[in-house]
Amino acid sequence: MDKRLINWFRFASPQAFYPLAGRMIPWFWALSAVFGIAGLYVGFLVAPTDAQQGEGYRIIFLHVPASWMSMFIYLVMAFWAGLGLAFNFRLSGMMATALAPTGALFAFLSLWTGALWGKPMWGTWWVWDARLTSELILLFLYVGFIALQSAIDDPRRADKAGAILALVGVVNIPIIYFSVKWWNTLHQGSSVSLTKSPSMAMTMLIGMLLCALACWMYAIAVALMRVRTIMLERERHTEWVREELGAKAKEQ
Amino acid sequence: MLKLVSAIISRDLRLAMRRRADIVSALFFFIIVVSLFPLGVGPEPELLRKLAPGVLWVAALLATMLSLPRLFADDHRDGTLEQLALAPQPLGLIVLGKVLAHWLVSGLPLALLTPVLGLQFDLSTDALWVLTCSLLIGTPALSAIGAIGAALTLGVRGGGVLLSLLVLPLYIPVLVFGAGAVDATVTGLGAQAHLSLLGALTLAGVFFAPWPTAAALRIALE
Amino acid sequence: MYWNSFSEFLAMGTHGIYVWGSVGVMALLMVLEPVLLVRGQKSLVARLKRQFRAEKTERSTQSQR
Repeated sequence: MDKRLINWFRFASPQAFYPLAGRMIPWFWALSAVFGIAGLYVGFLVAPTDAQQGEGYRIIFLHVPASWMSMFIYLVMAFWAGLGLAFNFRLSGMMATALAPTGALFAFLSLWTGALWGKPMWGTWWVWDARLTSELILLFLYVGFIALQSAIDDPRRADKAGAILALVGVVNIPIIYFSVKWWNTLHQGSSVSLTKSPSMAMTMLIGMLLCALACWMYAIAVALMRVRTIMLERERHTEWVREELGAKAKEQ
Repeated sequence: MLKLVSAIISRDLRLAMRRRADIVSALFFFIIVVSLFPLGVGPEPELLRKLAPGVLWVAALLATMLSLPRLFADDHRDGTLEQLALAPQPLGLIVLGKVLAHWLVSGLPLALLTPVLGLQFDLSTDALWVLTCSLLIGTPALSAIGAIGAALTLGVRGGGVLLSLLVLPLYIPVLVFGAGAVDATVTGLGAQAHLSLLGALTLAGVFFAPWPTAAALRIALE
Repeated sequence: MYWNSFSEFLAMGTHGIYVWGSVGVMALLMVLEPVLLVRGQKSLVARLKRQFRAEKTERSTQSQR
């Protein structure tokens, strides 16, 4: 038990994590590609057309995973940030920083695919629906986090300030979502109702889950790549970075 | 505890009174922004009545943004903040005092000006009354939530713009319930639910926001 | 397989632009992000190596004196 704990903590140091991450990245890429190809195959080639929405519904296989990821990455980011704030792990702050741009990317993709889905389905690129509005606000929160961290030069302060912002954001997200929903029911126009189609065929569900898994693996792979860069940059004055780069030079 | 908070409030008020020009310019910013809207969208009373709550609330958010960067900056510059952080009293309470003082010089005047500005938008007496109430109830939350952003961006380059970027998304619930209260009265639903929720937001903000603010201040002082 | 022909697949009913617009942008960004990351990592590694080498030669010339 004790030994395992120690082992686990060993990887919490950048020095041990850097090569480990390097070895894991190709695997996550491979998994992402496998899931992605399978998901797109099921979603675009096998799944039947939707009775109400026609072929345009196939955007769902991109839109829903992107939205899920954008929300989930924020939670993971806040989790790492909180961990860093509580225990002062160097790694966790770097993980939070590494996740933010990918989360923002997925939030943007969710809005983009949502707009392209909305145009043929509801005849408009954008509606002030509670979910769309919340997604937009989530993008704002990501942008705020990234902007705050990049404005602070001292990485330790940047980590901590970002952590507080991320945690405040997490507490606020349900309140914001609730208020936007309340606002939406008050202002709901008569034209558009965004309730999902009642039944979803099994193949569609499978396709969506596979695509979501692909996005998961993609997000992990990209976050690991980014965290490696951040590690080198921040720890460039330490011995292990010197050794890591020196050893590589000999191999080549 | 109350003594500490009131001492901080009176100190900050005295300091603010020495720089009355700042308060007045934020107020005039509010007045000018609100007065620009009819010039932008046209003078139809129907349209203006519909726009009024949103315009006044958004202008209030922006006016609050103007005064927030200075919430801690002056104390930071002359070293007072460090003294306060080292004091045996909890920093959260000190922050609470500063937040309340900030509200007294920024939020309260905005709320008191609202009835006059609302007249420009042809609001009915009821709506005017509710709008003023909503600003009175809601602006303390703006000061409290804004304090978190002010502490996080303390001494950071480009602090002012960054502050708006961080804080404005967090203001959305206050905006929704504040402006919604007036809409609800106009449509005959009654503003009670909105105002109670706004009050809940303010209470939660005033009680909980000083603690992350204090944590952020400590980080900035390290 | 659901589709009868490739052109039918491309047309996506009448929603081709929307579907392929989403797929295209999503694929583009999801390729662009890792490519940029790899480039960033490479340039950082090169920069650090250069810096370390410079420090080393500096140190050895100093010791020679």
